[in-house]
Amino acid sequence: MKDFGFSPMKNKVLNFDELNHDFHQWIAIQDSSFNLCIACGTCASTCSAGSYTHFSFRELCKDIRWGNAEKAMKESEKCMLCGKCSIACPRNINTRNIIKMVRKAAKTSPL
Amino acid sequence: MRYHPFVLPFSFGLAFLLIYTSIIWIRWINRLSENDKQLLRKNLFSFNTLAAIREVFMESLMHRKIFRKNVFLGFMHMSLAFGWFMLILIGNLESRTYTAGRINPPYFPIFFKFFRHDLAPLKKLEAYFGFWMDFFLLIVLLGLSLAFIKRAHSKVLGIKRTTKHIIIDKIALTSLWFIFPLRLLAEGFSAALYKTGNFLTSFMGDEILSGIASPTLYLQAWWAYSIALGIFFITLPFSRYMHIPTEILLIFLRRYGVKEKEQHSSFTKIEINACSRCGICIDACPITALPESSETQSAYFLREMRYDKPTNNQNESCLLCMRCEEACPVGIEITRIRENERKEYQLFASESYNYLTSPKNAAKGKVAFFAGCMGHLTPGVIKATLALFKAANVNYTFIDEEGSICCGRPLMQNGQTDAGISLRQINKDLILNSGAEILVSSCPICTREFIEHYVLGIPVFHHSQYILELAMSKKLSFRNNSTKIVYHDPCELSRGLNIIEEPRQLLRLAGELIHSPENSGKQQSLCCGGSLGNTNLSANQRKSIAENTLSGILSDKADIVATACPLCKKSLACSNKNIEILDIAQIMLEALIAPKFIPENTVESTKMESNLTYSPEINSIISE
Ligand code: SF4
Ligand code: SF4
Ligand code: SF4
Ligand code: SF4
Repeated sequence: MKDFGFSPMKNKVLNFDELNHDFHQWIAIQDSSFNLCIACGTCASTCSAGSYTHFSFRELCKDIRWGNAEKAMKESEKCMLCGKCSIACPRNINTRNIIKMVRKAAKTSPL
Repeated sequence: MRYHPFVLPFSFGLAFLLIYTSIIWIRWINRLSENDKQLLRKNLFSFNTLAAIREVFMESLMHRKIFRKNVFLGFMHMSLAFGWFMLILIGNLESRTYTAGRINPPYFPIFFKFFRHDLAPLKKLEAYFGFWMDFFLLIVLLGLSLAFIKRAHSKVLGIKRTTKHIIIDKIALTSLWFIFPLRLLAEGFSAALYKTGNFLTSFMGDEILSGIASPTLYLQAWWAYSIALGIFFITLPFSRYMHIPTEILLIFLRRYGVKEKEQHSSFTKIEINACSRCGICIDACPITALPESSETQSAYFLREMRYDKPTNNQNESCLLCMRCEEACPVGIEITRIRENERKEYQLFASESYNYLTSPKNAAKGKVAFFAGCMGHLTPGVIKATLALFKAANVNYTFIDEEGSICCGRPLMQNGQTDAGISLRQINKDLILNSGAEILVSSCPICTREFIEHYVLGIPVFHHSQYILELAMSKKLSFRNNSTKIVYHDPCELSRGLNIIEEPRQLLRLAGELIHSPENSGKQQSLCCGGSLGNTNLSANQRKSIAENTLSGILSDKADIVATACPLCKKSLACSNKNIEILDIAQIMLEALIAPKFIPENTVESTKMESNLTYSPEINSIISE
């Protein structure tokens, strides 16, 4: 990495060349509402799984966008499909459908 | 003469039909589970068989359930089924009488007027037989014209949409439509040439066909009649008309106690084949009103199940609102079949929720209140319910106050069995840890899941039932302020749990209930579109279903829309209608006559607890 005279924290570094950007594309095709997310966090504040773990739809969304497909697939399993996020979301994102898509991808690796 | 080559298409068709259906029946019955076979053996010689025969007569022939829904439609189905049955029955009696009891080949009664022109051996009976045969032919033809009108202008009969049929159904349908006019033609020619007719056939023969009647045309008409019958019989097992034999089998098995299981079984095959694609479920389905055309409705879903595999869209766009099942005259357990069909992919595992820890020292109380996920989205409902509990001195504990754990129903409805069962276990521990004697939930989804799938050993109530109980036992009193209230039945509460009267009874204490055909207090209530059983519909589609539902139940006199489900409340509130949507608990709290001031800390004290008495009904449930 180029030396800028400062560096980010090691555990926050993402190497874009190594990450999976096809997954983001694939999800956005499966459910076009995915790209509407503004990361407002409403879903995270209501998430049933979120009161016990770090998981929330917002986290999932972030992981997918950054190309952390592996992590997204692993984390998505924590969702209870309870439906709070889809009702709370101000952008009308079909969250549960997207979560199911991520789960399907985790089970069948369509890419 | 007792034979002519023109009977061959009919005879071949009939033989094929009988052999084919028997093979299929034997296969289906053979593949039933051992348990189901036992039920079959045990019940075969019991009153259930008589009950089944009666039901076959009432439903398969008279189509009573369709009559109740729509008189025209009922008459159409009845005239075709019952009329045809009577033609066969009387025709057989007629030919038997004619040949003095001798057994005739199967085609003989059908083509009786071709083989016998001299009806003298029937003596006096000739006129009776002739009259009734013509009468039922007329009935069938009337039914047929209604069927024709239904295809061309369904609205005349009060039906918005008819089923879009596939090619094999069209062939079968066309041949069926030809059978009876051709019979009239053939018998008309017989009447014209040989004077064998009664009122209808003679009229046909003397007034219409007399000019052109000739032996050649006469023979051709009989050929055509036989061919139409033959085509119908051969296409029957592969088309929607397979429902005719299958429905009979279904009725018997159902009377013997056979049901849908947790997975598809041979019985599912029978149910799927018993669907007549009558299309009654299409009008009932809220998806039908969406502008996007889709084939989600059960008529299409079951058709795909029968020939192939439902598409993802057909499988997942359904709201599981059960309106189709309620409307279906055949009584197919559509929702169970749909839920089972979704079980193919297990996307979540039972270990998925290992991060959840069962609560250890839960607060104790006599009544456990469970708000559920949707409840947590509507804090107003929780507050109102708990305020009513406090006012009535109920010793309660709010068990999922700290973060909700889903009851598991959404997972189950999406086919995620393993994961759903693990959530059930966690909540079951939570409930039983509280030491409660009664479980109350303000969410119909959770309530239904608790009642049907949790084995808790304590009675479970929906909050509308419990508040009503508190009112009946004079723990709460309300002031009727004549607010005009329209009540929206949640699907899970009305069709799911048959809790229809209790919320109404309660609301009548607070205001005036306004009725519309769509909230008539029966099981046909509309769906709000919010259903958690669906992950596929977009927010806009859901909103448009909510709008339709609101327009269905609203009248301009109404001040408030009441519902008894936090999810319905949320979904209906999304629409653009300018009306307040409140939960039943909120309305009751408004109307509550405040009790004398009770200091906060006495509410849960044991002294108050002893005051808690229930009506005999609830007491009997508790002691059970
Ligand atoms: S609530 Fe909707 S828009 Fe906001 S972060 Fe969640 S998914 Fe994105
Ligand atoms: S459906 Fe899943 S992601 Fe959405 S709120 Fe419920 S647990 Fe969280
Ligand atoms: S499911 Fe029932 S209502 Fe729908 S087409 Fe079949 S028989 Fe008719
Ligand atoms: S359950 Fe409801 S949404 Fe699904 S097909 Fe039946 S009527 Fe339509």
